[in-house]
Amino acid sequence: MATAAALEPVDATVRDPAPDAVVVRFAGDSGDGMQLTGGQFTLSTALAGNDLATFPDFPAEIRAPQGTLFGVSAFQINFGSTDITTAGDAPDVLVAMNPAALKTNVRDLKPGGLIIADTGEFNDRNLAKARYDANPLEDATLAQWQLLAFDISKLTLESVKPFGLGNKEALRCKNMWTLGLALWMFDRDRQPIVDWLRAKFAKAPVLADANIAALNAGHAYGETAEIGGSGLGLKQFHVAAAPSPDGLYRTVTGAEAISLGLVAGAQLAGLPMFFGGYPITPASAILHHLSRLKEYAVTTFQAEDEIAAIASAIGASYAGSLGVTSSSGPGIALKGEAMGLAIMTELPLVIVNSQRGGPSTGLPTKTEQSDLYQAVYGRNGDAPMPVIAARSPADAFDCAIEACRIATRYMTPVMLLTDGYIANAAEPWRVPDMNEYKAFPVEFLEKSQDGGLLPYARDAKLKRPWIKPGTPGLMHRIGGIEKAVDSGHIEYAPANHQAMTDIRQAKVLGIANDIAEQDVEIGTAGGTLALVGWGSTYGPIYQAVRRARAKGLDVSHIHLRHIWPMPRNLGDLLRSFGKILVPEMNTGQLKTVLRDQYLVDARPLNKVSGQPFRIHEIEAAIEEHLA
Amino acid sequence: MNDMTPVQLTPKDWETDQEVRWCPGCGDYAILKAVQRTLPEIGARPENTVFISGIGCSSRFPYYVESYGFHTIHGRAPAVATGVKLANPELDVWIVTGDGDGLSIGGNHTMHILRRNLDCQILLFNNEIYGLTKGQYSPTSREGTKSPSTPFGSVDRAAKPAAFALGSGARFVGRGFDVSKNLPDVLKAAHAHRGAAFVEIFQNCIVYNKDVFADFTEKKNADEGQLWLEHGKPMLFAKGAKGIALDVERLVLKVVAVTDGDWEAAGVIVHDVTNRSVAHMLVEMPFGAFPMALGVLYDDPAPTFESAVVQQNAQAAKGKMPDLQKLVGQGQTWTVTKAPQVV
Repeated sequence: MATAAALEPVDATVRDPAPDAVVVRFAGDSGDGMQLTGGQFTLSTALAGNDLATFPDFPAEIRAPQGTLFGVSAFQINFGSTDITTAGDAPDVLVAMNPAALKTNVRDLKPGGLIIADTGEFNDRNLAKARYDANPLEDATLAQWQLLAFDISKLTLESVKPFGLGNKEALRCKNMWTLGLALWMFDRDRQPIVDWLRAKFAKAPVLADANIAALNAGHAYGETAEIGGSGLGLKQFHVAAAPSPDGLYRTVTGAEAISLGLVAGAQLAGLPMFFGGYPITPASAILHHLSRLKEYAVTTFQAEDEIAAIASAIGASYAGSLGVTSSSGPGIALKGEAMGLAIMTELPLVIVNSQRGGPSTGLPTKTEQSDLYQAVYGRNGDAPMPVIAARSPADAFDCAIEACRIATRYMTPVMLLTDGYIANAAEPWRVPDMNEYKAFPVEFLEKSQDGGLLPYARDAKLKRPWIKPGTPGLMHRIGGIEKAVDSGHIEYAPANHQAMTDIRQAKVLGIANDIAEQDVEIGTAGGTLALVGWGSTYGPIYQAVRRARAKGLDVSHIHLRHIWPMPRNLGDLLRSFGKILVPEMNTGQLKTVLRDQYLVDARPLNKVSGQPFRIHEIEAAIEEHLA
Repeated sequence: MNDMTPVQLTPKDWETDQEVRWCPGCGDYAILKAVQRTLPEIGARPENTVFISGIGCSSRFPYYVESYGFHTIHGRAPAVATGVKLANPELDVWIVTGDGDGLSIGGNHTMHILRRNLDCQILLFNNEIYGLTKGQYSPTSREGTKSPSTPFGSVDRAAKPAAFALGSGARFVGRGFDVSKNLPDVLKAAHAHRGAAFVEIFQNCIVYNKDVFADFTEKKNADEGQLWLEHGKPMLFAKGAKGIALDVERLVLKVVAVTDGDWEAAGVIVHDVTNRSVAHMLVEMPFGAFPMALGVLYDDPAPTFESAVVQQNAQAAKGKMPDLQKLVGQGQTWTVTKAPQVV
């Protein structure tokens, strides 16, 4: 089971029965350092050998007004001794650093779940900001949960007193105090966090000392409380390590995995990489990661706008680098015309779209899968372009390599879809053995074909040659105007446009012969019901299908990596099921494409709240469709 | 070609087999000839030369030059050129654009390429009109221009390309016009300048905006209308009878009469291409009260963008061996055998 079994507080001496998995959510003000706390808790949890998944959920405002409901930042982690593929449905433990954090998060907490609250922040002012008429810690509001309320602010101030920090700075250590307590609760090692703090505050050792003191104090508080002095009833839990395949592991976010995959892809192609980007949430992290990897022949360019970002990447591809650009929905919209140019000039290009809630500015920090139409259809003219979607942070690595492979092998732009959830979420990643990846070296045309230069002549895969400026004797002109077959000269003739449109389409559709056939994640090829997903809905669909099958229901899970072109066997596979249900975080985009491509009765299951699917939501839909 | 010594090329070697498709009598023909005359003289190599353009009449230019060429999308040539030059700094990059392409839809990119100082030549053909879309007024059209989209005359004020370029941080600003015999000299100076060299070329659109520059381009108006600037030479025109001087009280330029060739007595300024303050005044000089400043208005090189990028990349990579296996295994790791342990 991926989400928490009932959380059984256990005696320190008797560690069984241990829960399979626990979901903890840290929630506080956006200035409270919750993402940092969550990130470090994730690291220590990974080091303890648990499988895990995280869900950072933060406001679009950098420093929203303190104490407000919309300024709450939360980080959820699901970790356990079994296969974890989602960030968990309902938290077992909620750490609420202020009234607003309590108010916006407590309704998600499991009945009987544990609330840890900082009484120091539950003053009249903060209660009013969170629109509480009375202090919920002091009445029956929270009766259905276990409540541990104590003055974390005061305890933190006491623990860092020896370091002589100002009040504001001292209170900033609150998140480390809380982390210390959480580490104690789940029997986690503090040392990696201590090392990290020492490195982070190398230039300000006093801040490192203060934060470590707060961390230790939080940890000690748990221990002391358990001994019984406080009577708070705080208990320790032990979640066993998950059985994972042997190997070297690290945690990775989607943004990191994509960056590493792009670097690996360029190296496997034998090309320098050029990355043109423009800051946009949640895609900027890719630009940040890549800008530090100069020794891998990576040039990064922060352009003046989204259009310049893609246009410069196209220019770099034209000159012989692997051009890459990245953005999120609104930026991808701006890049549309330039994608058409890359399609027309048949230059390799990778476009990463970290999807977010739309339309327009939409929900910059929330997750959605609503750019599928935009990816497959969103350009003027008949402009076919391959589209790949990553299902998880770790999967994003292989997807990025695949995007580079297709782009260079077919001389085409490729869009790689990910989303805000994948980009920010962390999961353990078995470090790949790079020797297992087959290189796909690029060959540039060095001399004219027999009978004269033909920049738009084609090989068996319909790929045109890549000709680098600087190559003697191969001067030629390309551009966005329709090209003559073979010569690439300007040509408006009707028959030629028909021929070139057909070639561009056939080239991209032909990629279906160069990708793996679609497999079934769990279940069987053929049956009563198939759930067909793509992207970051992988985790909840997988778990829901697993649970349903455990109940004896005939349901299978199919998850697409290749959105365009689709795997060549997909039509037959879909038709082997009685019913098809497509869970998506949009209003039914893949569903429509499947209906169009295969004339199958695909049914939608949609959620566009900016939050990932819960397992039980999908489970309920399965039961409904099989009723 | 295995010769060690490059063959001396001629203008003919820079012509393609493509039929030139501008309107008969278009000023673009003269500019194309001037460029094809200039390229052999500066020792350019076709394989190393890239012409990049956006959209518009001017942007068809690359199809007619026997080099590498990229006819991109509306306004984006500077951005494409930036990628080309960063990917291969050895290439000799020329951007061909127009007043609509470079100052309207692509104004943002023009500003940033100049600010960054990418090593390239930017030829902006200014005909004060949209030609390819059939005659709408452009950002450089004079107030009151009647066009299909402004039948009662345009009401917005015109952009000044050279002033825009200088204001954006350009380190080279030149000016010429299509049929001028001096145009190749301006192009040569632009090419010799390392960094972004901005050249405004007045171009006569004979179909939609005929003769808007006749006041200074026509032979009969040349003496009074053209001020050809040369570094180290006094700013004289009207066959030396007039010059440009500084009104020291108001700190503006003024036209002064020169008698008996004694320009020093008249206070005529000696042109210094590195004087940015004077360059600002020259690009703002209103035509009519003043002649049109032509030639090299400003030329003061600064470090180029692509060289700074190359240098920083090399510096950041120094002493680091690329190792993909190491890269993917970076950060805090742990090994799973039977029992997890920290490494």
